[in-house]
Amino acid sequence: MSDSKSDIRNFIVETFLFGQAKDLTDETSFLEQGIIDSTGVLELVAHLEKTYGIKVKDEELIPDNLDSINAIAGFLAKKQA
Amino acid sequence: MNPKKTATDFLAIDCAAETERIALSIRAYLQKNRRRGLVLGLSGGIDSTVTAALAVRAVGAERVFGIHMPERQSEDATLVLSRSVADWLKIPNELEEITPLLEAAGFFRRYTAAARQVIPEFDNSWKSKVVIHATGGTQTFSYFSLVGQSPDGRTVTARLSLQAYLEIVAATNFKQRTRKMLEYYHADRLNFAVAGTPNRLEYDQGFFVKNGDGSADVKPIAHLYKTQVYQLAEYLGVPKEIRQRPPTTDTYSLPQGQDEFYFALPYHQMDVCLFGKNHGLAPEVVAAAAKLDRATVERVWADIDRKRETTRYLHLKPVLVEDIVEISTLA
Repeated sequence: MSDSKSDIRNFIVETFLFGQAKDLTDETSFLEQGIIDSTGVLELVAHLEKTYGIKVKDEELIPDNLDSINAIAGFLAKKQA
Repeated sequence: MNPKKTATDFLAIDCAAETERIALSIRAYLQKNRRRGLVLGLSGGIDSTVTAALAVRAVGAERVFGIHMPERQSEDATLVLSRSVADWLKIPNELEEITPLLEAAGFFRRYTAAARQVIPEFDNSWKSKVVIHATGGTQTFSYFSLVGQSPDGRTVTARLSLQAYLEIVAATNFKQRTRKMLEYYHADRLNFAVAGTPNRLEYDQGFFVKNGDGSADVKPIAHLYKTQVYQLAEYLGVPKEIRQRPPTTDTYSLPQGQDEFYFALPYHQMDVCLFGKNHGLAPEVVAAAAKLDRATVERVWADIDRKRETTRYLHLKPVLVEDIVEISTLA
């Protein structure tokens, strides 16, 4: 697993799942599984901005960019390119 | 089922029967718990007005105590309207201006500090409100923005970081919790119970503050869709200016609609969507009745489920490690 995917997975597991990672795959939809709500997504955005030095624009706050480990990894790759 | 049913068809109630049912429920609670009447906060809004009117039908005007609790950010209309309700119903009532209590709790200071995290020039002279944005299609994320208005009329909108959002909400919650503190003060000194005033949409969707307006002994209209509350209002003779006032949170210093902050749509459309979901109606039937397209109905239904899940915490009683059966069986 790439560094960013590993970091994202760790963040999701520690922050939202209290260390219980068993069903979380790279494709798991956070919205569908009820892992992240409105305040959760803000927490995720704060983590990404602080850790990767990016700014997430309002219009980028969408499931396509943030709703799974794979989606976030892809979004980060675009932002940092 | 006839697919051409309108919102009115779905949500019509027998107002006389419903009034009697609610009155019986109130009287039963008071008798069982040995309380002599009801205290409630009056905001001049439709929900507290109808609740007060129902309370008077249940136990008579002398056993209903209304409290007006404005603060310096309240809309001017609020106190005028709430006084008119108390006059119309002829109930004992009292003004408790809560600005000093909010000052003492540090509400204004804490709110300003939180707002400055995203609008650095914000200060006490600014007005503001929080608005919600939903992004995406059927599955959405939401984020919140602070809309600030300077004294010279300039408007600034800034997305709220998690920390700023939580601190603004936590500070604002002082308002509801301060009001509830005063309601219970009067209830205790009168040996009355406290009536909460949420309607069904608010109760179902967690649109209340834990131990603020979410706290009460009875909630006489929590089972009624807001559309039905308006029906009762007409039946009970609620004055027109109250029936025609647009629903507001009256929480922020800028006017804020409930649909800007919490609900996706105006209440009459939310009611039809919620009713349809609760009764297993087909989405196209709901769409026709609510005058929406099917995709919007499905998005609203998903949002209803999401809000129920994320606000479940607000409804929970304290959790004990072990049930204390001597108390839990006291029902």
